[in-house]
Amino acid sequence: MSALRGGRLIEVAFWLVPLAAFLLLPGYLMLGSQILIVALFALSLDLILGYAGIVSLGHAAFFGLGAYAAGLLAAKGWGEPLSGLLAGGVIAALAGFVASFLVVRGEDLARLMVTLGIGLLLYEAANRAAFLTGGVDGLSGVAMGKIFGVFAFDIGGKTAYLYSFAVLLLVFIFLKRLTSSPFGLSLRGIRENPARMPAIGSPVRARLVTAYTIGAAIAGIAGALLAQTTQFVGLDSLGFNRSAELLIMLVLGGTGRLYGAIVGAAVFMIAQDYLSGVNPVYWQFWLGLLLVVFVFFARGGILGAVEAAAKRLGRSSQERAR
Amino acid sequence: MLGVLFDGIAYGSLLFLVSLGLSVTMGLMNFVNLAHGAFAMAGGYVCVIAMTRFGVPFLATLPIAFVVTAIVGAVLERLLYRRLYGASHLDQVLFSIGLTFMSIAAATYFFGSSQQPMRLPEFLRGQVHLGGVDFGIYRLFLVAVVAALTAVLGFLLARTRFGAQVRASVDNAQAARGLGIDVDRVFSVAFALGSGLAGLGGALGIEVLGLDSSFPLKFMVYFLLVVAVGGAGTVKGPLVAALLLGVLDVAGKYYVPQVGAFVIYAAMVILLIAFPAGLFGRRR
Repeated sequence: MSALRGGRLIEVAFWLVPLAAFLLLPGYLMLGSQILIVALFALSLDLILGYAGIVSLGHAAFFGLGAYAAGLLAAKGWGEPLSGLLAGGVIAALAGFVASFLVVRGEDLARLMVTLGIGLLLYEAANRAAFLTGGVDGLSGVAMGKIFGVFAFDIGGKTAYLYSFAVLLLVFIFLKRLTSSPFGLSLRGIRENPARMPAIGSPVRARLVTAYTIGAAIAGIAGALLAQTTQFVGLDSLGFNRSAELLIMLVLGGTGRLYGAIVGAAVFMIAQDYLSGVNPVYWQFWLGLLLVVFVFFARGGILGAVEAAAKRLGRSSQERAR
Repeated sequence: MLGVLFDGIAYGSLLFLVSLGLSVTMGLMNFVNLAHGAFAMAGGYVCVIAMTRFGVPFLATLPIAFVVTAIVGAVLERLLYRRLYGASHLDQVLFSIGLTFMSIAAATYFFGSSQQPMRLPEFLRGQVHLGGVDFGIYRLFLVAVVAALTAVLGFLLARTRFGAQVRASVDNAQAARGLGIDVDRVFSVAFALGSGLAGLGGALGIEVLGLDSSFPLKFMVYFLLVVAVGGAGTVKGPLVAALLLGVLDVAGKYYVPQVGAFVIYAAMVILLIAFPAGLFGRRR
C-alpha cells in the first residue's frame, strides 16, 4: 500500500517538473512546448510498438496528417484550436484505421515495409500537392484563434506551452487507463505471444486494429498541436527522419512504459537542442553511435536501467535487513 | 519509348547490383539491414577518391571499390552484425539506422554534403545511334557489366559448392547446419561479397544515381523494395524486381513527372500486400 502511495508521489512529482520549468525557465518555453508535443507523439508510438508490438517505420505519416489537417483548417479561416485539434486526431484516426488492415496482417518485415511505404507515399503526396500544402516551402498563414475564446497564443509561447501540457496530461491519463485495462493487458499478451492469444479467445486482429487506430489518432493530435503552436507545417513533419527519430526517442526512454516515451522525448530533444547547436553533423553521428550502443548494451532504455538499478538497490537493502 | 525502356533497364541493373547483397542478408539471416546503402556509398567515395586524388583510371577504380567495401563489410559483419542475428527485428532496425546515420555524418564530415564530381573517361561518354534511338554509351557499358556479373553470380549460386551451401542455408538454416554446412562462414562470405557488389554498384552508379552523403537514406527504399518484391536466395528474383522497378521509376518520372516517386511507393505497397513473400519468394 505504501509502495503504491510512493509510486503516486513520484508520478505527481514527475508532472510537477514541466510546471516548474514553466515558471523557472521562461526563456525556454518554445523548446518546452516542442518537448511536450514530441512526448505526446512518442506516447502514440509507445502504444502500438511498446504495448502492441507493431514495428513501424512510418509513424510520422499520422503526425503529418494531423498537422496538415489542423494547419489547413486554420489557414482557410477556421482558427478555433480545440476543434482543429479534434479534426487532426479524427483524420489521422481514419487513415490509421484504413492502414491498420494492411499493417496488421503481415510479419515484422512486411510491417516495416508497409509502414515505410505509407509514410513515403504521404510525404510524396504532400510534396506534389503544393497548391494545397505549400510543398517544400511548407504551409504558412496558419492563423489561430483563442482557446475557449479567451486565451490567445502569445509571442512568448506561454499559452502554447500550457495548452500542450494540458493535452499531453489528458492523453497520458487516457493511455494510462487504457494500458492497465483488460484491453491493454490483451495487447501485451499479443506482443508476448501472438500464437497463444487467439487460443484463449482474444480477437487479435481486432485488438491490433483498435490499438493502431488509437495510436494514429494520438499522433494526429500531436501533429495538430505542433501546427497550431508553431503556426506552420513543414514537409519534414511527414518525413522518414521524423519516424526514425521518434523510434530512437522511444528506445532511449524505454519501450512499453508510458513514462519511457516522455523521458526519452525530453532527453532527446534537449540533447538535440544543445548538440545540434554545436554542429548538426556531429549530432547525427553521435545519435547513430548512441543507437548502436543502446541496441547492444541497454535495451530497456533509460527507465529500464533505472528500474534495474532500483531492483538491485532494493535487493541489497533486503539482504542487509536480513 | 525504347529510350525510356533502355534507361530503365540500365537503372534497374544498377539497383540489382546493389540490392543483391541485401537479398542475401535479409533472406539468409532474416536480418533487416537498413544500412546497406551505406556500402554502396562507400564504394562510390572510394571510386571518387581513387580517381581525383590518386589519378587511378576509372575502370581500375571499380575492382578497388569492390575489394575495399567487401573488406569493410566483412569486418563489420564479424564485429557487429553477427551479434544481432538472433535479435528482434526492432533491434536490427535500430542498429542499422544508427549505422546509416553514422555513415551519413562521416561522409558529410569528410566530403561535404554536395554532389561528388565525376568525369567519365572519353570512350564511355557520348551516344550511339541505333535504329533511330540514341543509346548512352555509359549505360550500354553498365548493362553489359551487370549482365556479365549476373552470369557469373548465377553460375556461382547454381553450379558451385558454395552456391549450393548458400541456397541450402536460405531454405533451412537449421537443417543446413545439421548437414555440416558452416552456415556462419557461408554467411560471412556472402555478406562480404554482397557488400563488395554494393560498393561496385555505388561506384558504377555515380554517373546515374549521383553521389552525396545522403545516398544511404535516399535509395534505402529502392534496395529494400527490390528484395521485398524479388524474394531472397535467388539471382532471378531480385533481377526481375530491379528491372521492373527501374523501368517503372524511369517511365513514371518521364511520362507523369507531376506524380513523381508516387508511382514507385504505391507499387511497393500494392506488391507487398499482394505478394507477401515476393514475386519469386521461396515459401517456407
